[in-house]
Amino acid sequence: MTALRLVDIRNDAVNENGERVVTADPVNFTVAGGECIGVSGASGTGKTLLLRAIADLDPNSGEVYLDGTARSQISAPEWRARVAYVPAESAWWDERLSPHFHGRRVKHLQRLGFDSRILSAPISRLSTGERQRFAILRTLNATPAALLLDEPTASLDSTNRERVERLIKDYSKTHDAPVIWISHDTRQIRRVADRHLRFHKGRLREVLRRSRKTAKDVSA
Amino acid sequence: MSLIALNHVDLGLAAILVLLLAGLSYVLSLGIGNSLLIAGARTTVQLLLIGLVLKALFSNVHLAWVTGLALIMLLAAGREVMVRQKRRFTGVWGYGLGTLSMFVSSFAVTVLALTVIVKPEPWYAPQYAIPLLGMLLGNTMNGISLGLDRLKDAAWQKRNAIEARLCMGEEWRWAIADIRRDSMRVGMIPMVNAMAAAGIVSLPGMMTGQILAGAPPLEAVKYQILVMFLITAGTGFGTVAAVSLGARRLFDERHRLRLDRLRTGRKRRRPRKKTRG
Repeated sequence: MTALRLVDIRNDAVNENGERVVTADPVNFTVAGGECIGVSGASGTGKTLLLRAIADLDPNSGEVYLDGTARSQISAPEWRARVAYVPAESAWWDERLSPHFHGRRVKHLQRLGFDSRILSAPISRLSTGERQRFAILRTLNATPAALLLDEPTASLDSTNRERVERLIKDYSKTHDAPVIWISHDTRQIRRVADRHLRFHKGRLREVLRRSRKTAKDVSA
Repeated sequence: MSLIALNHVDLGLAAILVLLLAGLSYVLSLGIGNSLLIAGARTTVQLLLIGLVLKALFSNVHLAWVTGLALIMLLAAGREVMVRQKRRFTGVWGYGLGTLSMFVSSFAVTVLALTVIVKPEPWYAPQYAIPLLGMLLGNTMNGISLGLDRLKDAAWQKRNAIEARLCMGEEWRWAIADIRRDSMRVGMIPMVNAMAAAGIVSLPGMMTGQILAGAPPLEAVKYQILVMFLITAGTGFGTVAAVSLGARRLFDERHRLRLDRLRTGRKRRRPRKKTRG
């Protein structure tokens, strides 16, 4: 089983004055293969910085294990290819889509409601939501072992939100992939996640499913 | 034909033109009048000083003196490269990166030209060494500051795209490859343009100077061609070195884009507090 285990992970990025950006405590939890963990919390509490730390995009301390292999034992590019981070805002380095897929066939195109004709359109013509969906396809096309998703459906309508949710769930089950899913939408977390963690006062706490009090606390 | 010596009145007449321009700038409130006058004064003082230094140097030819002056020129050029950057590297890199690249390219090309091509006696004869190095440093400085400025600014503007490539498992050198290539090209374009326009659009300064001093035009042209090639090589190699080092410095050993290693160079002006409402 390809579990993703975080041990004392903390983002150590500093701002212009040399001060630590995130003040949250080090994080410890394990995501089992095929499991999805939903992460919520107010803006600026460190959700994105946690994913960036796991993907090794910012200086950070702690260790992450994928399937028993320590992150520090393999090169950073190899790690990021296996544990794929999809930022909230998609970014592109070419005017057309195909170079981003290295000229390979784009998998799951129809499942996100696309026609193959769209592949020849310039990226500047695509809407934010279309780009967001293509960013997900770009990542899945490289078949990563684990997924770190930062509000993957933030700019999508309900039809496409459902499509993305279903695609990710299926991918996670077929590839036994652990998923960490950041969302502001508690209902979405209930739909997609097996467990729910919430940032509160610098700490990441588990929100218990059947406890009404905590559930209420989250949606408030 | 020999050089016609200029006297103070001749220079004074030319200075009046600059004063007139400064006056016009005040009338049109272009806001450049003061800078114009200060720069004019600086050029007079600095060139008179270097004239005195060269005069002393020519009468006391010694490797140590030539090296000393060359180092001062290098450090001044290094500072110039740094202040022209919109974003600077933090720590010693801010000054060191451009200076090191200029040192490697300009000094190597100058020494090569002196010992293998021109071969004055001794090889460090200041009459040849100092002007050659000066021309090389001046141009290399331009190429390096243009290239580095483009590199850092583009990395900042396109940080999301660079990180998107890193997220796909690309190595840092591929994630920055396009930007690095562009930056090297930007640093070299002025030299390509200068070579292409030489003789048709512009008569290069060095050649003009030699002709004014009475040198036969074809000899002056040969020197100019030599200098153009040396400058192009020095600028090109210097820019490639500086941009490569700079691109490397933008990432750490875990292939992370480290924009925290950059600082904004120009100080932001804060709006003044109003004393009255």
